[in-house]
This record gives sequence, C-alpha cells and structure tokens, in this order.
Amino acid sequence: MIGEGLQSTNQRKHSYVRDHVEVGFFTDPTVCIGCKACEVACKEWNQVPDDGFTWSGNSYDNTGHLGASTWRHVMFLEQDRPKGNQVAGPMSLDQDPFRWVFLSDVCKHCEEAGCLEACPTGSIVRTEVGSVLVQNDVCNGCGYCVVSCPFGVIDRRPEPLHDAGGAFKCTFCYDRQKSGLVPACAKVCPTESIVFGRLDDLRARGAKRVEQLQQSGYKDAQLYDPTETSVRGIHAFFLILGEPEAYGLPPKPQIPTIYLKSAWISAFATAIASIIATLAGFAFFS
Amino acid sequence: MTNGPQAEQRLEQLREEAWKKGVVPGKGVDVAGGPIPRKPGYYGQPVVKPPVWTWEIPLYFFFGGMAGMSGVIASGAIIFHQVDLARAAMWVAAVGGAVLSPILLIMDLGRPHLFLNMLRVFKHRSAMSMGAWILSAFGACAVPGLIALELHAHQIFPGTLDQLLRVAAGIFIFGSAIFGTLLATYTGVLIGATAIPAWFLHRVLLPIHFGTAGLGSAAAVLELLGHRIAALNFIGFYAAGVETALLVWLSVDKHGAADRAIHDHGSGWLIRIGEVLNGPLALALRFFAFIPFAAISFLLGALVSRVGWIVVGKVSGADPESVFAAERY
Repeated sequence: MIGEGLQSTNQRKHSYVRDHVEVGFFTDPTVCIGCKACEVACKEWNQVPDDGFTWSGNSYDNTGHLGASTWRHVMFLEQDRPKGNQVAGPMSLDQDPFRWVFLSDVCKHCEEAGCLEACPTGSIVRTEVGSVLVQNDVCNGCGYCVVSCPFGVIDRRPEPLHDAGGAFKCTFCYDRQKSGLVPACAKVCPTESIVFGRLDDLRARGAKRVEQLQQSGYKDAQLYDPTETSVRGIHAFFLILGEPEAYGLPPKPQIPTIYLKSAWISAFATAIASIIATLAGFAFFS
Repeated sequence: MTNGPQAEQRLEQLREEAWKKGVVPGKGVDVAGGPIPRKPGYYGQPVVKPPVWTWEIPLYFFFGGMAGMSGVIASGAIIFHQVDLARAAMWVAAVGGAVLSPILLIMDLGRPHLFLNMLRVFKHRSAMSMGAWILSAFGACAVPGLIALELHAHQIFPGTLDQLLRVAAGIFIFGSAIFGTLLATYTGVLIGATAIPAWFLHRVLLPIHFGTAGLGSAAAVLELLGHRIAALNFIGFYAAGVETALLVWLSVDKHGAADRAIHDHGSGWLIRIGEVLNGPLALALRFFAFIPFAAISFLLGALVSRVGWIVVGKVSGADPESVFAAERY
C-alpha cells in the first residue's frame, strides 16, 4: 500500500526457499487497475501458450477462467452497487450506483490441497515455501487433480499446444523463488495489488487493510481465506468486496478427501455383500 | 458507429435484450452476459473444472466392474466344483481386467507413454492411486490364475506338478476375487471423492451401484456365454433387485440445485434409462425366465448408466450454482 509506511516486499531479493519460510500472495482488488500485466508477465516468464484470442463480452475480461494455460486471470466485475462512499457522478446516464471491481485470480496453494492428495503419480508436491507444485516431467495426465480441485484451477492442457496432455497450474514461480526472485506477477504489478511475502506478514497486512477499508466506507470488504473449512486456509488469499460467489469463488470449499471415508465404507460393504450373494447363489442353487 | 440518437436507441435495445436473454444473437453482435453479470457466479463460469475424461472411462468402469466380479464368481465356482464355469469366469476376468481395462485407462491418459508413473507411489488418500494398484494386483492374480486353471483342467502336467498347479490356481483365483471386488467398487469412490457436486453428494450410492452393476454384468455375460445355471440366475436376481432399489433411492435422495444435473437435466436421463434397464426391466425379464434378454438388458443398463454418471459429472461441474448450493447445503 503505497504511501502508508508499509514497506514493499515485491522488489526485494529474498532467501525464503533456502530458509523454508512459508510465503503467499495477498491480492487486493481495491488498488487493482485491471492492466493485466500480471497475466502477461506470467505467460512470458513461464512460457505458457496462448489461450485463444476470443471476445467474451464479459466486461473487459477476455481471459475467462484459470486453466492449464491461464495461471493468472484478471476478473472484471461490474456491479450495481456503490464503491465505498462514492456517489454516481454526472457522467452516468442515470444515478444508479455502480462499481467496477478488478481482481487477479490465481491458484490458491491450499493448506490442504485437493490436487496434491489426488495425484496418483506423486507429480504434485509441496515445496519448501509451502506452495503446491506440479512436476511436469512426472505427470502422466490422468486428469484426477482436475476434478479434485475445489477451486477449479488446475486443468489438463489439450492438444495441439506445447507440452499437451499434462496438468498445469501456477507454479508460484518456484524457479524464480529458488534464485531469490519474486514471482513474476507480483514483481510486475504496478500498484502492488498483488503482494508477495511471508504468509504471516501478509495475513496481518490483509486484516489491517480490511479494517482500513471498512472505516473508509467499503462496508462489504472482507478477506477470502477459508480457514474454517477442510481446506484450512489458502496461501494465495484475497480481499474481496461483497460475496465470494460473484467472483466465482466457492463460499465453503472442501478438500474431496473428506468424502473418502463414507465412500470406502460403502465400497467395502458392497464388496462383502457381493461375495455373500455369490456364495449363497452357489450354495443354495447348485 | 455514430453517436446519433438512432445508434443510442439500438444500443438500448441490445442492452434490454441482453438483460432479458443473457445473449444477443445478431450480425456483428456477440454479447454473452451483457455489462452487469446476471448469470450465476462470475459470468456463469464454472467454479470447479468438469472432468476431462472421455468415452474410455465409462467403458473402463463397465469392463473393470465385469472383470472384477467375474473373479468372485470364479471363486464361488471353484469352491462348489464347477470347473467349466470357473474357467469361463477367469477368461472374462483376465481379458477384461488385464487387457481391456489397462488399454482403456492408458488411452485416456494425456501422456500414455508415462502410464508406469501410476506405480511410482502408493497413496491411500488418492482413490486413483489405489485404483492403479488394485488393477495391477488384480491383473497379477487373474492372468496366472487363468493359466494355472487351464493347465490343470487340461491335465498338461502329470502328478505333483498338477497338484501344485491346482493349489496355485486356487490361491490366484481367490486373490482375483478379493482384488476383483475392490476393482468393481473403487470406481464409485474414485468419482465420489471429488469436488463435483452431483458425484460427491452420491458418494455412498456410487460404489454400491458400480459394484452391483459389475456383479450383475459378470453373471449376465457368463449366462450369454452359455452357462445357464441357477446360481448365476440367483446372482442376476440379486443384482437387478439391488439396482431397482438404487433407482428408488436416487429418485428420493434429491439435493435441489446441487445435484440438478441428475434430476432436472437431460444427462440424468442416461442414468435413469440405465437404471431401468439393469433394475426393474432386467428383474421382470428374469422373473418371466427370459434369461438372455434379462442378461442383455442388464449389460446395456450397466453401460448406459456408467456413461450417464460421467456425463452428469461434466454437466454438474460446469454449473456454478450446483457448487454454491452443495456448499450451502
């Protein structure tokens, strides 16, 4: 937050990987200007293929959603609500309240990650800095992580793109971080809407920012960090205005492994019942 | 475009249309959603990703279930000295479980040449990893079991060696039964423990359906191969009966918008058609002793309902409101 005495952590060299420090992203839409520099920087640094050049008609968002070839996605949300204490000016056709919110979406790097648990090859791992990383050379493209992510982030890259067949998502610029560099999106963000840093620092910073916004009239400002659910918090968390649903964020994301117990009990019961039925068939009817 | 009143009027018209229909079809106009999103969530974009799986996976569920439960039938046949039936069942188990299933699974991989990476790790918290190991273990039992059984049945080797083969066949066929039941049922866990609402809301029903459909398919295919015996008929009755109960369960156990892919959508009809074919219809045909028709009906139903569950997953995963509703549930 510029001019508020908080030091920028986006432009410094660091040694978080060597020191095993948990890091994260804090993304603040109230200072985002929707320039999409994060999307571009991500694509350039990680050499991610293009994701089509189509017009969506959804405000200025022609990116659509996160996926195998979209690791940062700037949302453009047009809502008929006032922004803070803002009053609709003479430029608007009518005096209806209106606001335009930009939010740069990214892989959440869950504390309990569905994709990581689901991966049958061990391709998806937890790094020293607490991020979730897909090792591209190990992934065989089974597609199970795709349906196991409660946020719909990871996806399998279709033919005929480069490196097709494997599952891809944000790497938290693990390669950059190993060399003491800040992830490309945070590095390039001109307003520090994306802040990179120590997770505990960022959480404090986020709480402070919400308080500040509440005081200045943004009554619906809140942090999106589902620590109360089985996901147990996310390392790339967001400040949002209004409800999470409007951003396509699940209000109560759950890691699918919580469903395993009841499903396996049902499977074992079915297995035993099938054996009994078969033996009964042979015993009584042959 | 000029800023004249006519253009303004046209713009207003388009906005009005976009507001009402969500989409404006017209030359040079492609407005999906209009300026302020009125579709659920973020411009109606999916919240979770629908499955990327294609036709190979429901076919694998079908053949894997059939092969797995054939191992159980083979064990029963061995215990009750029906060697011919056991041989046929082991053929179904080996061809379905050790040939067709791996081929279908490998075909569905994004990078088929890396299929062996499935056996890099053992993760009990990943149903996909467990499935890969279960399928491998099943194949490692069914193929030697079949070979030992055939060698023993044809009396290729004399004396002690034949006795050894007999014991080996028994052990491997017993192993096929154990891993076979898991092979037929784990697929329900596989799709039940995901983030797709229509799947995880029915995670208890799915293994029962997949396992029982596997058992009924195994009995049905053996009957069609000419083994018209009372024991298989009983298994057929049991499977069709359970599937009928599941059809009732599925029509009662509704979760509103969260699983509307099953109840309000065309994709649900695939499941229901499948369930009718392998439930009440197979039961009725069997009751009137039209055994081959009952078997065919059951097999068709088992296949169609498997396809239905994958299609439902695609519809449900693409529906943001289902995800929100399931989480508010």
